[in-house]
Amino acid sequence: MSSEQIIFYILSFWFIASSLAMIFARNAAKAVLFLVLGFFSAASLWILLEAEFLAITLILVYVGAVMVLFLFVIKMLNIDKSTLRAKFAGYLPLGLIVALIIIAEMTLVLGGAQFGLEVMPSPAKHGADYSNITVLAMQLYTTYVYPFELAAVLLLIAIIAAITLVHKNEINRKKQSISEQVNVKAKDRVRVVSIASPSKENK
Amino acid sequence: MMELWQSFVLGVNELMPWFDGNVAAIVIILIKAVALIMPLLLTVAYFTYAERKVIGYMQLRIGPNRVGPKGWLQPIADALKLMTKEIIFPSKANIYLFLLAPILAIAPAIAVWAVVPFDEGIYVTNLDVSLLYVLAIGSIGVYGIILAGWASNSKYPLLGALRSASLLVSYEIVIGFALVTVVMIAGSVNLNTIVADQQGGIVNWYFIPLFPMMIIFFISALVETNRAPFDVVEGESEIVGGTHVEYSGMTFAVFFLAEYANMILMAVLAVIMFFGGWHSPFEGLGVLESVFAWVPGIVWLLAKSTFFMFLYLWVRATFPRFRYDQIMRLSWKVFLPMTIIWIFVVALMTQLHIGPWFA
Repeated sequence: MSSEQIIFYILSFWFIASSLAMIFARNAAKAVLFLVLGFFSAASLWILLEAEFLAITLILVYVGAVMVLFLFVIKMLNIDKSTLRAKFAGYLPLGLIVALIIIAEMTLVLGGAQFGLEVMPSPAKHGADYSNITVLAMQLYTTYVYPFELAAVLLLIAIIAAITLVHKNEINRKKQSISEQVNVKAKDRVRVVSIASPSKENK
Repeated sequence: MMELWQSFVLGVNELMPWFDGNVAAIVIILIKAVALIMPLLLTVAYFTYAERKVIGYMQLRIGPNRVGPKGWLQPIADALKLMTKEIIFPSKANIYLFLLAPILAIAPAIAVWAVVPFDEGIYVTNLDVSLLYVLAIGSIGVYGIILAGWASNSKYPLLGALRSASLLVSYEIVIGFALVTVVMIAGSVNLNTIVADQQGGIVNWYFIPLFPMMIIFFISALVETNRAPFDVVEGESEIVGGTHVEYSGMTFAVFFLAEYANMILMAVLAVIMFFGGWHSPFEGLGVLESVFAWVPGIVWLLAKSTFFMFLYLWVRATFPRFRYDQIMRLSWKVFLPMTIIWIFVVALMTQLHIGPWFA
């Protein structure tokens, strides 16, 4: 076995192990961390395939931003596990059927007939001067420039839609005027009242 | 010596045939890593000393002056103190995550340095996507803070972690957009290429066409490293010590190391992106260039970074802490639109071939 194969098997083992651990973790925060480990293993596998740009982007986007927000939400929610597990047995047959269908589909689509070594020979190794990011950019901005920009516009629409939905109700919105806050003077907030102090003779 | 090394390499290759005879490469990488990490940790130690001294003089005090001559041994004494202190675990805290948090803070802070070029050809690895690597690995550091807050099972750390998560995520976007302009000029995401592209004197450095981006990058770096005036994550007067409240001894020291390693990294990055990296400021100035030709590039890089490190301390001694919501407003409503506008400005400058930067 070459060193590359050993690294591949170690990373694949970590990938599968962390994915399973994520599903079986009882604590939601731990599940997120196992998912992060899974992303790291996947990114490392991609680096092994000389796709370093995709690998780094996976870490930057999913580990650096998406999973942080996941953790953020999990921390603020008080997840009640008993209600989550209450209907577990009832949903089990349905879940098993769906899982079996997905496994069957994946073997059909991703099996040896489509991705075997006869159909897809292992890609040739590139030299040290091969730049994955340049090759990808050339493809993305020439051949696939319209689909690429359409995807970008779609994301923009999604962002605008989400913000519009949240800001629909003007009445409940709390707003602050920063210029008003900055320009505030002491006499606007504090009222100095002079009270005649009772003299000592009256006591 | 060489014979010993070669026999060692041969012996290891025979013992471990699955490395394909790459043992020598692995050993060299390890040696490089040690040669990088040891000075880095020493710099961190003396950066804390410099911080106390500089802020002391700015506030008309002397600062530490008891341990060793002029207090030179103060950081060593601090390290010894932290090492011998007891590590206290909060009751009902999640011990595994509680101990994982400082590791997740320090590991990315050190791993990022693998791609930083110190001089022409002096780096641990020359990654083709090194700028993205810096951003990606840098964004992992936030897990340390979030987990520290969550695993401590305590109110103040949780509040600090919530603040830090939202701050770091928003300012990462700003830093990313600000660095997009650098990438647009250099035409590369390789830090080596970015520095090499700034050759030829001060006018070629990127801080001239990207002046607003340089300011935004530095301010965002202050937020990313939780420094004053944006240190709401551990604001003493509001949430005691934020995420570090429950940490003591070495676990706290590791957070401390990570924070200062990140500060030094941000200073070095600012130099690499905007101030010509290892290039001498006297390039293209005739006599001055030849007078300073003997100075190695790494000296210029470190000298320029030292200025930015000093700026951190200067800012901390000067400004009061920002209010939390104003930091968020600064990110989303001021910096982000500015960076996006400047991307269009840079695109225009590229089209018009302005100056030496877009030739």
